[in-house]
Amino acid sequence: MIFARGLVKRFGDFTAVDGIDLEVAPGEAFGFLGPNGAGKSSTMRMIGCVSVPTAGELRILGMDPVRDGTRIRARLGVCPQLDNLDPDLTVRENLTTYARYFGLSRAESRRRADELLEFVQLSDRAGGKVEPLSGGMKRRLTIARAMVNEPDVVLLDEPTTGLDPQARHLLWERLFRLKQRGTTLVLTTHYMDEAEQLCDRLVVMDGGRIVAEGSPRALIETYSTPEVLELRFPDGLDANPQYAARLEGVGKRVDPLPDRVLVYVEDGDVALAEVHRRGLTPSSALVRRSTLEDVFLHLTGRTLVD
Amino acid sequence: MVVARGSLHPTLAVLGRHLTLYRRLWQASVFSSFVLPVLFLLSIGIGVGGYVGTVQGVDYLSWIVPGVLASTAFQLAMGESTYSVLGDFKWVRAYHAMRATPVQPVDMVRGHLLYLIFRVEASVLAFLLVVVFFGGLHSPWALVTPLVCALLTAATAAPVMAFAARIDHDSYFAMLFRFVLIPSTLFAGVFFPVEQLTFGLRLLAYASPLWHAVELCRAATLGRSPAWPVPVHVGYLLLWAALGLFLAVRSFRRRLED
Amino acid sequence: MMTTLVVSRVSPNRVGAVVNRNVGALRSGPAYWIVLVSGFFEPLLYLLSIGVGVGALVGNLTVGGRTMEYASFVAPAMLAVSAMSGALSETTFNFFFKLKYMKTFEAVLATPVRPIEIAVGELIWAIVRGSVYTAIFLVVMVALGLTSPVGALAAFPATVLVGLGFGGVGMAISTLMRGWQDFDLLSTGQFALFLFSGTFSPVQNYPAGLEILIQVTPLYHAVELVRGLCIGVIEPSMLVHVAYLAAMAVGGLWFAARRLEKTLCE
Repeated sequence: MIFARGLVKRFGDFTAVDGIDLEVAPGEAFGFLGPNGAGKSSTMRMIGCVSVPTAGELRILGMDPVRDGTRIRARLGVCPQLDNLDPDLTVRENLTTYARYFGLSRAESRRRADELLEFVQLSDRAGGKVEPLSGGMKRRLTIARAMVNEPDVVLLDEPTTGLDPQARHLLWERLFRLKQRGTTLVLTTHYMDEAEQLCDRLVVMDGGRIVAEGSPRALIETYSTPEVLELRFPDGLDANPQYAARLEGVGKRVDPLPDRVLVYVEDGDVALAEVHRRGLTPSSALVRRSTLEDVFLHLTGRTLVD
Repeated sequence: MVVARGSLHPTLAVLGRHLTLYRRLWQASVFSSFVLPVLFLLSIGIGVGGYVGTVQGVDYLSWIVPGVLASTAFQLAMGESTYSVLGDFKWVRAYHAMRATPVQPVDMVRGHLLYLIFRVEASVLAFLLVVVFFGGLHSPWALVTPLVCALLTAATAAPVMAFAARIDHDSYFAMLFRFVLIPSTLFAGVFFPVEQLTFGLRLLAYASPLWHAVELCRAATLGRSPAWPVPVHVGYLLLWAALGLFLAVRSFRRRLED
Repeated sequence: MMTTLVVSRVSPNRVGAVVNRNVGALRSGPAYWIVLVSGFFEPLLYLLSIGVGVGALVGNLTVGGRTMEYASFVAPAMLAVSAMSGALSETTFNFFFKLKYMKTFEAVLATPVRPIEIAVGELIWAIVRGSVYTAIFLVVMVALGLTSPVGALAAFPATVLVGLGFGGVGMAISTLMRGWQDFDLLSTGQFALFLFSGTFSPVQNYPAGLEILIQVTPLYHAVELVRGLCIGVIEPSMLVHVAYLAAMAVGGLWFAARRLEKTLCE
């Protein structure tokens, strides 16, 4: 569906995307994980045929985005990072108007709109204005709008950024259904839980480059340990590196963060016993499963959400 | 669902959006696009006209009818190509939504122009209907004034859309209105013959698309020939329309690029 | 009595602070002087187009036994219109924007500034801005020989009163506005006043019913007062015009302050 080799995007002196390779297969849910400014959105805009690559090769649905942009866009669904719904149109009109841009007939537009409103659970708001909708509803409407042309690929740029937890879960559930229908999803996120929930395969981006690629599980297995022991010590921030030194050898790796020390281990409880045996008394200790956050920390030395 | 290159469909889809929006706003626009020109006609045409004898051989009301007609089209075309265009780039981001679809900048520009022509024709026809009762039309040629106004709309709106797509702050519009719209309306032969202007100012009036449209409309409603040959007036308006269209499409494309 | 009531509660310092905020906001805007200058242009262009351009077609005009050039008849009306629209643009569009969207007043009211002080401060600001226009306009009129220097000096305070009257009413209207769509109505009304308040032709020549109707509307009084002073015809009936405009200023201000208090201080 999507194929890129050595893809580069520069804005003046600034290199937003610095030579990435990727391939997305039909039916796949593919994610770009990385902090703000990693180059995810720039990559998405190139895939959406609204931004011209500076260098490298890019094929979407077997076509060249510069030459065949219009034909490619006809088969894409785009949910941008900033909602750009029409505030002066009703909820349904937002969908029908958009459907007409794809050349759908009036009747077909109405049929698709009603069907999609059902799908994103907004049927009861169909005749109302967009303004009073909550952030989660607006995002669902934008996703419905992206589906209006029955696209082969749906591009979602930060689909749940700025939403409350409940709205996020509802959205994830809808996106999961979409995936089950066989729609190819490409999404960017800086939330590791979102990437774990939705993506079959993902690339971790940092500074415009891809630093790792694989399924969430495989990435965790490769770049982290099954469990992580999080320790907090009472005497404050500056002491964490010293504690880290004293924890050397307890796990595969030790990371002192400003507020806590992470110990990467096979078995958290065993490791905690070892911590106590060494005479250390953390004010709190937490054993948890490894996440993509740990993968990212390991790969870049930084946390995802600052 | 592949849309053929050069198809008119996306243009009509953009027109469709504007018309859907207009369905909600038309009441508010009745005043500005219909009542105001009639008020103008009453105050200046009849009020002041009572003190004016004849101008170029006709009563003053008949003389300014075609002027007010063209200037209504001019004001509507300019007014509706400013805030709404900038807003669709900046606040509503409707053009950003469109660019993710097969709709191209040329469709966005053409769709908006078609919408404005629709709006202008609605006001022009209503105005003509009123004017008939005042006896302001003197020739069946008056029937071509809607065509002239459509051409004027394209000649005015297209370059203004190009301008609106390039700026980032709406305070420029206040200047456009005060330094282009109002002076054109007041000095391009709507209320008094441009021959009264000094030579320098007359050149400015000649430069304005409005003057050419006023001349054509006046020739039509009075049933006489315009100041310059018809093809010159029409050609000048077409030039503005074509140049404006070219610039507008280019500005739209640039603004949506990143 | 209402004036003393209003004045006793108003601190000049705090009113000054409200005015100051506007000056600062204007100065920080893009090319603020262009905004100022272009606001002055509109009535001048009308004067040149209708007054001079159409005036050449009209020739001389006889009003109330006095014969004058058409431009001298139109110029004072444009001056009054300038004072009106200067005051209205500041107290309606800008005031409403600050009230509804920028939440400027909510922020200001979190300080010791009182609603009435906001109203007075905004009004003074509107007058300052409007007076710049009218003063320049009067200079132009004298330069074009459309009034005498004495007439200009006499007309200037009258234009300040016109600004106060329309500013007060404008502010009161702003507190009642529901949304931007109401501004269309307002500007239509304003435009109708502009066209039919004896601005371009004497009201004596309007149909009888219309003449009486117009004598009730505010711009008519503003135009008559300013025109009388400009052309040097002083009549006792001018006191009616002065009283009408003063009532607009005080009534509008009082109403606006009360509404502000209601909407913002609850």
